Parts: sequence; structure tokens; C-alpha cells
Amino acid sequence: MSRKHLLSSADLDRAEIEAILDTATSMHDVQRRSVKKLPTLRGRTVINLFFEDSTRTRSSFELAGKWMSADTINITGKGSSTSKGESLRDTVKTICAMAVDCLVIRHSASGSCHQVAQWVDASIVNAGDGTHEHPSQALLDAYTLRHRLGGSLDGRHVVIVGDLAHSRVFRSNVITLSRLGARVTVVAPPTLMPSGIGAWSAADGFATSWDLDETLLSDSSPHGAPDAVMMLRVQRERMTGGFFPTEREYSDGYGLTAQRLESLYAARGADIPILHPGPMNRGLEISAEAADATSSVILDQVSAGVAVRMAILYHLLASGEEVAA
Amino acid sequence: MSELLITGAHILGDQSADVLVRDGVIAEIGSLAGDSGGRDTGERVVVDGDGLILLPGFVDLHTHLREPGREDAETIATGSAAAAVGGFTAVLAMANTDPVCDTAEVAERVLDLGRAAGLVDVHPVGAVSKGLEGAELAELGLMARSRARVRVFSDDGRCVHDARLMRRALDYVKAFDGVISQHSQDPRLADGNACCHEGEISGRLGLPAWPAVAEEAIVARDVQLARHTGSRVHVAHVSTAESVEVIRWAKAKGIAVTAEVTPHHLALGTELLVGYDPVYKVNPPLRPTEDQLALRAALADGTIDAVATDHAPHARHDKEHAFPTAAFGMLGLETALAVVADTLVHGDRALGWGDVARAMCSAPAGIARLTDQGRPIAVGEPANLVLVDPDASWTVDRDASRSRSRNNPWHGRSLRGQVVATIRRGEPTAFRGRVRGQFGLEELS
Repeated sequence: MSRKHLLSSADLDRAEIEAILDTATSMHDVQRRSVKKLPTLRGRTVINLFFEDSTRTRSSFELAGKWMSADTINITGKGSSTSKGESLRDTVKTICAMAVDCLVIRHSASGSCHQVAQWVDASIVNAGDGTHEHPSQALLDAYTLRHRLGGSLDGRHVVIVGDLAHSRVFRSNVITLSRLGARVTVVAPPTLMPSGIGAWSAADGFATSWDLDETLLSDSSPHGAPDAVMMLRVQRERMTGGFFPTEREYSDGYGLTAQRLESLYAARGADIPILHPGPMNRGLEISAEAADATSSVILDQVSAGVAVRMAILYHLLASGEEVAA
Repeated sequence: MSELLITGAHILGDQSADVLVRDGVIAEIGSLAGDSGGRDTGERVVVDGDGLILLPGFVDLHTHLREPGREDAETIATGSAAAAVGGFTAVLAMANTDPVCDTAEVAERVLDLGRAAGLVDVHPVGAVSKGLEGAELAELGLMARSRARVRVFSDDGRCVHDARLMRRALDYVKAFDGVISQHSQDPRLADGNACCHEGEISGRLGLPAWPAVAEEAIVARDVQLARHTGSRVHVAHVSTAESVEVIRWAKAKGIAVTAEVTPHHLALGTELLVGYDPVYKVNPPLRPTEDQLALRAALADGTIDAVATDHAPHARHDKEHAFPTAAFGMLGLETALAVVADTLVHGDRALGWGDVARAMCSAPAGIARLTDQGRPIAVGEPANLVLVDPDASWTVDRDASRSRSRNNPWHGRSLRGQVVATIRRGEPTAFRGRVRGQFGLEELS
């Protein structure tokens, strides 16, 4: 695989996704060693350029770079020149003038990583661009699911629930999971469905629903019984934006409440994986009971995050070289 | 120079004839080439119109010249040059400058700067509300009675969304035959962040959505306000098929509504946003193919009266941002005729040259109540004229622009149809991409 950037999940075909996930598996083994460092990216410089707050994604990319011996620097929104009025273009061109090999970027503007890739020579990794995409999250979700569901996602049914309109996690996951052969159903109230979802889902072959209980519990939903449930974060600001009336009502209709978890376990078994990209709003989209349930894989996702990001950096920056000395 | 003779051009694309201009007025039309004066004696400039189309000079109802305030993006002089090169003999300069054109003083300043530039007639558009704030009426009457004789009022860039203010404005301008040109965008349905037509593409790209209904709801309201007040409303940059339907219905009812469409909404579609290039960021946004086709049909059948450029120059540093934060707008003056010719005359075969003259000359002049523009090509009429090569294919080069800005979505595209020469009141103002002073009169023959 020779690819310079990871801008969108759509960049990767099935073989490339599987190559990254397979590499991640060996990276995951390295993580369990007491000495975690690989020499693979020695001499390479990776800048984590985060214009938006992030704890897990930024620290995950930082560890991924460090464990592969890259020189890693974090630049965050508040300390960057952008807050002094410098344009995104000037900021990235300035950083790249320092002979940087890779920029890992999170930015509040959809498409910003696509634009940066045209302005500079470095490899660009999209670590979340506005409400557009979050490809590394989709890869780590796929990694987690593949592990939990016996090695393959072919024919598996993944239900994604929450604020789809504003979710980059949904946009990347629906691409990556579909390419791995999974069937996807996305669930949200109509106000939190993205524009044009009807044509989009028809073109890309995923299902949509406004009814979570029917999707999880009924046998007549389009893709049949779910094999995994992914809950997405609902920002509390959305309520003031008038997307739904109250938290209580949202939770009742679309949250994975303790009662709904019970019904889900009763209907589908108590081993159905429950995912959440974090950070969670306990009590809104997910109850503490569900977040901490035996079948919750939320911390596995975090753990997989480092390995998957190591694999991404490896494929973009050192493809063809030895993974481990 | 007292005389100018245009030889052999096809008037409105029909019969070819020679047109003699004397003292800025069309003096004779016929077979005149051999009859008097001799060639180029200094008394008479001869313009070779063989194989070309002669049209009245174009009138742009919707231009942003950025002066005063943003002279780094455009000045009245550079915008006038771009207009002349594009075949325009008159432009209406939008009011969203700094300071806003909401007083007679600013309006007269714009008028005077236009006269000083001396390439096109620059008519200021007056703001509807003070400071474009949408709260109180600007001094519409003083602007109307000023030397600038303002007749078109617009808060363009913003919608006059308060129904009572819009109603008052419509009522008030009846006293001097004014018109309110509305930027139709319900700010509650499409706020200032909205930048991509709401649909599958905005959903996939994760860009703030600009739903068609945010325009249509205002158009529907405004035609009813125009009916109620008996006043004139003009729909600026109409962009959706359903807006067209509302306008068609209103016209059938006899409501005094007019509408303009931009070249880019006729020919460019939402799918161009897929690469997140801010050159395609414009307000209202580029719409899907169905809307483009409805707009073309409506221009052909007269539901849409005029083509207007919404020429919106921006300094590079205002466009080189992440897509959602980059400035809205694109250049249009130099390419308008070529886009209309390429898309509708050659492409769809929906317009003849007479229709082009209606949409780009007589209709906009009528809406703006300009008495000496958009006139027929006839003896005794002011010689505001443009010569067009109907078949010349050319590739747009943004760096060849006379505009001070480079946000040109047509860059690199090949278009069929090209302005050759522009003549304002008998004087050549532009010839093949250059403006007066950059070409010799002998080149015209």
C-alpha cells in the first residue's frame, strides 16, 4: 500500500483497510510488551496539530508516534497561531517549513484536511474535520468489532445511534464498516439525520430508522438482528438548537438506558458489543449500566486506538519497511 | 472623435448592417461603409464587425465593487475595467461597502468615482436599512433625490427578513418608482454559516446546509408583500426551481415582481464543492442540476427577467481559509456573456441573441429605470453597444483579469462566445480584454 494521506475513509479500499487492521494486530502485541518502542519511524517528524479539544485522539496519536520512535510534537488550538488570527494555510505552511513528515490534524472545519493536503507536501492524517469524517476512529472501531465478532465483519449488522447529522464518527464508520462487508443501520430522530440521508443511504447501501427499539428488538428491521450497537455522543448544545425537546425525551427514545439494555440482552444475548467513541454523556445517550456492561467494548476501543494509529502511521510513512526490529 | 462606424455586424444576431455613431448617438444604420469620410481620417473610427454580433451594452443589476472600504479586493476603477472588458456599459454597485451606501453622500461618492473611472456608468444601489442592520429604513428618499438618482435598494448580502420593514420599504419607494432588490435568505432557516446546498452532498461533506426553502419562503412572502403594497420587488440571484415557480405564479397574477439569475447558478452545480475549494463558495450556494435546468428554462421563457453577475471580488487572504470560514462570492463580470452564450445560446439552444439582449440589456435597464441603457439599436438611440464573437472559444485565465481579485470559478474552463469590443456613448471602452488607453483605435478596424 502506498498512500500519502488519510483524508477520508473513502480513500481506503477493503484490502487497504485489512492491511491496516492486520498491522494493528501486530502493533497491539507490541503494546503488551514491557518495552513498547519500535524503531520504525526513527528520524521521522510527526506533528499533532489539534485545533479542537481532544484528549483521547491526541494522546493516542502521540503515543502511536512515540512508540514507533518518531519525533512527535503536539500543537493545540489555544497555543497555535490561529488563535492570533493567522490563517489555517499560513499555520500549516509555517509548520511544514520545518521539514515535517506528517501532520495529524483535527480542525472544526469540514474539509480542512483536504485543503491542507493541497497546500503542503507532508502526509496528512485526518484526526477529525468538523462534521465530516474521522477515519482513524472508524478503523479502530472496525478493529475492535473484528476482534469481538470472530475475525470478520462480513454479513454482520452494526447499528449506529445518535446525532448523525453532526457526527464525523458516523460518516467514517458507515464507509469503513460497509467496505468490510458489514450491514449498517443508522438510527436518529429525523432532526438529527444528515441532509439527503435518503438518497445517500440508498446509494451506499445502508439502512436508516427513526425507531431504536424496532431496530434493536424487532425481527422485521431491514438488516435483521443487530450484532453490535454503537452509541454516538449527543452534545447538549443540540438541545438548545431545538433538535430535540428535552434530554429526558431523547434518552427515552434514543438512549441506551438500563431498561433498553435489559431488553437488548434478553433479545440478542448478553454478549452483544456496545461501542461508544467517547466522550460519553452518561445518562443521555448511554446509561452507566450500558457503558459499564460486561459486553461494553468502550475501553477496548481506546486500547485499539493506539495500535490502529501506529498502523496508520506505518502505512503512510514507512510502508514496505520492516515493522519491528 | 466625432464619428464611429461599425461595419458588417449582425444586429442582435440578425441581418448585418453598418452602424454609424455620431456624438455618442446612433446616426445611421444601413450600407454605409463606402459612403463618406474615408477610413480612419481621425474624424472617423472604423470598427470591423464582420462575423460579429452587435448587441446593446450590457447592464449588470448586481455588482460588488468593494469601494469604499475594501480597495484591496476591488476598486470602482478596477471593477469598471472588468465590466467594460465583459461588455458592460452600466453596472449597479451594491451597497454593502464600508461605509455602507445608506446615505446620499456615499451614493454620490460612488457615482463620482465611477465617472472618474470613465469606463462604465456606475449606479449606486442604496441600502434598504441603515447599516444593513435590518432594523430601520435608510434615507431612501434622499438617495433617490441625490445626484446619484438611486432607484434600486438592497441590503444584499443580508436579507430584509423583518416583514414589517420590508413592507415599509416597498411602500416607501413607490414615491420615486424605486424597487427593492431582495437577497432572499430566511436567516432562521439558513444562518450565516450555511454554505452548501442542503441535500445529499451537504450531508456527506458535513458542511452547514443552506436549504432551498430558506430562499423560497422569502420569495413567497415578498411577492405577497409586493401585491399588498402595489410596489416593485426584485428577486436577486434566484437559485431554486421552486422560487421560479413562485415568481411564475406571481407574474401570472400581475404582481410587479422581477428576478435575476447569475451565470454561475445557470452553469455550476453543488457537486463542485466535493473538493472543498472555497472558489466555489457563494451565496446562495451552487444548486443541483434540476435547479440549474429550471433556471435556464425560466430565463428562456422570461419568468426570470435578467442575468446579473453578483460579481463578488475577494482578496486572496479572505478566500484562503477552511471552506466554512472563507468568504462568499465569485467573480463574474468578464465571463458573464461567455457563460450565457456557451450554456444557453450554444449549449441548450434556448436563447437567441435577441433574448440575450433582453436578459442582459433591456430588462435590467428597465428594472433599474436607466433611460439611456438597454435601448434598441436604432437611429437616435444612445450608442451603448457591444460586439460579440459568437463562436470564439477561449480558455478563462484568472490572471488575465482586469479585476483586482482572482476568485474566479471559471479559471481554466473553455467557453464559447467572447466579447470583442465595448462602446459606451460612442466611445470604445474595451477591446479584446484591454481597456481604453491600452489599445489603439486603429486596432479596431
